[in-house]
Amino acid sequence: MSKVINIIVAGLGGQGVLKGTDILADVALRAGYDVKKSEIKGMSQRGGSVTGDVRFGERVFSPMVPAGEADFLLVLEPTQVEPHRHLLQPGGVLITPDAVPANQLPNRKTLNVALLGALSAHLPMSEAQWLDALRAGFAEKFFEGNRKAFRIGREQQKVKSPGVKPEA
Amino acid sequence: MLLSGDEAVALAARHAGVALGAGYPGTPSTEILEHFSELGGHAQWSPNEKVALEVTIGAAFGGARALCTMKHVGLNVASDPLFTAAYTGVSGALIVVSADDPGMASSQNEQDNRRYAVAAGLPMLEPSDSQEVYDFMFTAIEISERWKIPVLFRMTTRVCHSYTVVQPRLTPGGPKPASFERDIRGRVMIPAYARPAHRRLRQKLAEMEKWNETSPLNRIEEGNASLGIITSGISFMHVREAAPEARVLKLGFTHPLPMKKITEFAGGVSRCVVVEEGDPYLVEAIRAAGIPVEGKADMYRFGELDVPRVRRILKNDRSPEPASPPGKPPQLCDACQYRIVFEALRKHDCIVAGDIGCYTLGVLQPFEAIDSCVCMGASLGVGLGLRHVLPPDQARRVVSVIGDSTFVHSGISGLVEMVYNPPPNGHVLIILDNSTTAMTGHQEHPGTGRTLAHQPTGKVVLEDLARSLGIRRVYVIEPRMGTGEFDRLLTECLESNELAVIIARRPCILIAQRLKQYEAQRCECTASQPAGASAP
Repeated sequence: MSKVINIIVAGLGGQGVLKGTDILADVALRAGYDVKKSEIKGMSQRGGSVTGDVRFGERVFSPMVPAGEADFLLVLEPTQVEPHRHLLQPGGVLITPDAVPANQLPNRKTLNVALLGALSAHLPMSEAQWLDALRAGFAEKFFEGNRKAFRIGREQQKVKSPGVKPEA
Repeated sequence: MLLSGDEAVALAARHAGVALGAGYPGTPSTEILEHFSELGGHAQWSPNEKVALEVTIGAAFGGARALCTMKHVGLNVASDPLFTAAYTGVSGALIVVSADDPGMASSQNEQDNRRYAVAAGLPMLEPSDSQEVYDFMFTAIEISERWKIPVLFRMTTRVCHSYTVVQPRLTPGGPKPASFERDIRGRVMIPAYARPAHRRLRQKLAEMEKWNETSPLNRIEEGNASLGIITSGISFMHVREAAPEARVLKLGFTHPLPMKKITEFAGGVSRCVVVEEGDPYLVEAIRAAGIPVEGKADMYRFGELDVPRVRRILKNDRSPEPASPPGKPPQLCDACQYRIVFEALRKHDCIVAGDIGCYTLGVLQPFEAIDSCVCMGASLGVGLGLRHVLPPDQARRVVSVIGDSTFVHSGISGLVEMVYNPPPNGHVLIILDNSTTAMTGHQEHPGTGRTLAHQPTGKVVLEDLARSLGIRRVYVIEPRMGTGEFDRLLTECLESNELAVIIARRPCILIAQRLKQYEAQRCECTASQPAGASAP
């Protein structure tokens, strides 16, 4: 069985965790992978913690990322980093709000998109595929703001980890 | 396209020409009817699951294809019609979706509804991902129409709410037009007719079992004969990842089970393990048939399975499992009016028989103002039972708290009980009316006056209903911060020793905008209504 890339996005209700996983799943699908996405819904509107799993590869079976096997963990809320750290595999990449200087973002609500930008530096999908997914996932009026946020995240990540190569 | 299991049910139902979908909101099933409606299907919320199933039985008696959806505990409510519908059978097709919640992501228990298929005598299908959900729906309809019997379509949270790739199919011929065919001996279950109906049911099950032996719904994934695994549902996906070399018998049609196929499979491997989530349903059935198989340690019947747990099951690892750090629990929205109610209940040291909805969050800090919560509508009965037996100083502090949707679901009969068997010191019922079925995602219900698709329709006016039962103390109040109004009213009712209903009414803040839109649309509508339409 060939490698499956495991990504977990975590945060609190209202931060766009599940929206982030929607975009991520969409870009993987556009890139031709088999994709499965899993989430526990229901508590998001009431400020509870929300986690979404996205797995993509040649063939994906279980829709849930096994604990301790996430290749990437995106956490939108600082208080949610510690409770989710155990999900990351040793050597896995943790992306938190620190990955993006807060004052650079067009607005706070684009944090999820900015962190996806940071994640994109590690993944094999092209920027064009990501932008297509962003365009399709939101109303047209948000595209400019999203594109800016995405690029900020992507550029910052390349600066922080200059040797980072997208996974084959 | 990437679809959730729920979306796949809806799409298949549309493509298969399902004429009517009915249900009651319940995670993880709710989105099925919402999507079905968005796709143009005729979808309805019923007051509760029993009514939903009765409505869809009626549609299926009329020769149409019908779909009924609910969560696992919902099937408890619908179980009365379910059992006898197995005896009557149907003319068209009836698919009953039971969306179970192993691990209780959002439920009060993790009952395993596969047992219902056995108890009621119904065929049952268990899809493993969204593509199977879509494909199995068509097969379920074929089974239902061929043997004229309802089919239990059993899903779980991870199948309902996981998104996987679906390739829709070119659909074969659509349904035949609905038409009534009289069949008194088949549909009227007096004992004289029910006795032969039971025999017919067992005959159908025997035929379906034979068909199941060669059904494409079950398949074998080739692998090493040193390890054979029998599995179904989402567990199959975890198994394929945890043990890629094993030979796997994937069961899709899991009642009645294809015992010959299972026997043959078990006989061809050195070690045979059954991997299933929840109850040991498969393992018990297979062993009862005389086939020796390994099951899982008891610790794995709690909660849902995943790849690491399946690895442990296969290694027979019974060491304590690592505890996950708790996430942040949900809580009532900051501006929720129910906070005022719970503060008042806490202040009066009330004994609160609670119910199921957003307001159940009143059990958490800082309120800790709910003393019991059993099932939908239980707040009434439990509160009354407490009032009947407790000494007066305690009985007088007992209050039942229920939401508007839950009240219509199964609180009405509790209110009738209150009037019919009143406790010696009266009782207080608080109906928390936020004009929606909130916890499941803000669906409509008969008390909102709007259909599933938000169109105006007949409305149950809660205070009128309460008054029609002869209750004198019926109040409607909007809980407001800082006024002390609610507190005063609660005090008055508690001290009165009479039966009282307080309707705490204010629309849920999360849908306040949407409600304004619906009201505006309704005014436009009623302006052009012909005489005789329901009054606004």
